[in-house]
Amino acid sequence: MNKQGNTYTIIYIVVLVLVVGAALAFTSISLRSRQQANADADKMRQILASVLVTPDAGEVIPTFNAVVTNQYIVNAEGKTVDGDAFAVNVAEQSKKPAAERLLPVYECSFDGGDVKYVLPVYGAGLWGPIWGYVSIDADGSTIYGAYFAHQGETPGLGAEIEKPAFSSQFEGKVLFKDGRFLPVAVVKAGQKPLGDEDYVDGISGGTITSKGVGAMLSACLAPYEAFLSTLAK
Amino acid sequence: MAEKISNKSVFFNPFSKDNPVVVQILGICSVLAVTAKLEPALVMGLSVIAVLAFSNVIISLLRNTIPTNIRIIVQLVVVAGLVVIVSQLLEAYAYDVSKQLSVFIGLIITNCILMGRLEAFAMGNRPWPSFLDGVGNGIGYTIILVTVGFFRELLGSGTLFGFRVVPQAFYDAGYVNNGLMILPPMALIVVACIIWVQRSVNKDLQEK
Repeated sequence: MNKQGNTYTIIYIVVLVLVVGAALAFTSISLRSRQQANADADKMRQILASVLVTPDAGEVIPTFNAVVTNQYIVNAEGKTVDGDAFAVNVAEQSKKPAAERLLPVYECSFDGGDVKYVLPVYGAGLWGPIWGYVSIDADGSTIYGAYFAHQGETPGLGAEIEKPAFSSQFEGKVLFKDGRFLPVAVVKAGQKPLGDEDYVDGISGGTITSKGVGAMLSACLAPYEAFLSTLAK
Repeated sequence: MAEKISNKSVFFNPFSKDNPVVVQILGICSVLAVTAKLEPALVMGLSVIAVLAFSNVIISLLRNTIPTNIRIIVQLVVVAGLVVIVSQLLEAYAYDVSKQLSVFIGLIITNCILMGRLEAFAMGNRPWPSFLDGVGNGIGYTIILVTVGFFRELLGSGTLFGFRVVPQAFYDAGYVNNGLMILPPMALIVVACIIWVQRSVNKDLQEK
């Protein structure tokens, strides 16, 4: 058979693509459950990190089940909605108008009766998505802890948002001032926001990522306003 | 092939004398991207070794059947398939590392070293030498990646593999990390320094 002919070429590429496609489909299917388990465990680790609990790699799932005592979804009016909170895709929800969003809440209980509410946030950094979890005290206003992560921010600059040096600044900041809801602002080190909201220092050299964190907090925490005000009572 | 080269030189030449990065100046793009820290640089290097070795073997096995006018497409399909498999395996068995490398694993497809080796070596050689050539070139690439990553992480962040190595006393005395080292341009300058050193040592690489 003529190896340079059109027929041979077309048959060759069709067979090759089918073989490679089948190999990829097989890999994907056989690894999917493992990958999903990894992704779930990683999500649990992130939620725990926002309430300042950092278990060892093997201890994540038992710790999560012990600490997170309740998970539910609320809507923008603060009412509980049916559904599996853990399965909610925050990235998709954050693109919808605030009134239609499903807002997951993870309720964490600690010894001594302390209750914290963990709220997921999702936004855009410089190169790609950034996300995180913010835990709020039982008063519905004071931030207890925060965890941020990113997909591909510049190492050493924007990527520093995932370091405790950045996220620990949020501890103790309040979301409500004189009954008004004011998400925490992220500003250049040494500057202040125009309003009287609480603020933290951004990262020098990571301006766009820092602004992204600020925008993410105001866009994703605002829909929780009604829910958080019910906690305050 | 015009001249027969021994398996030994096929394997060891890419380490230094025929290094893909500092002699052939291939794959510079990923050297800029993943070398700000040492750990991603090392995993990236290992992934490239795996993809390069297997794609070299597969292309070498197929070399007599591939129609000439679509050979680049065939090479790309094989490389892309292998890269996706590596990235899926990392996601399943080394989740933390795969998260760190994220897009860079996918970008192995665009690494010029791969196309270079497939086109220049695997298309004209038997599977075993092709495998050695793939592993050798992958190691040559990894050596440069790790060297650049070492200097950039040490001088830019004061750490190695994430562990602090520059003592706190230095910072107290006024030493600061060089923020420029973390940015891509410094990777180019570090690579240039390696090329300079290598050419000073290997006189036969210098152009007359």
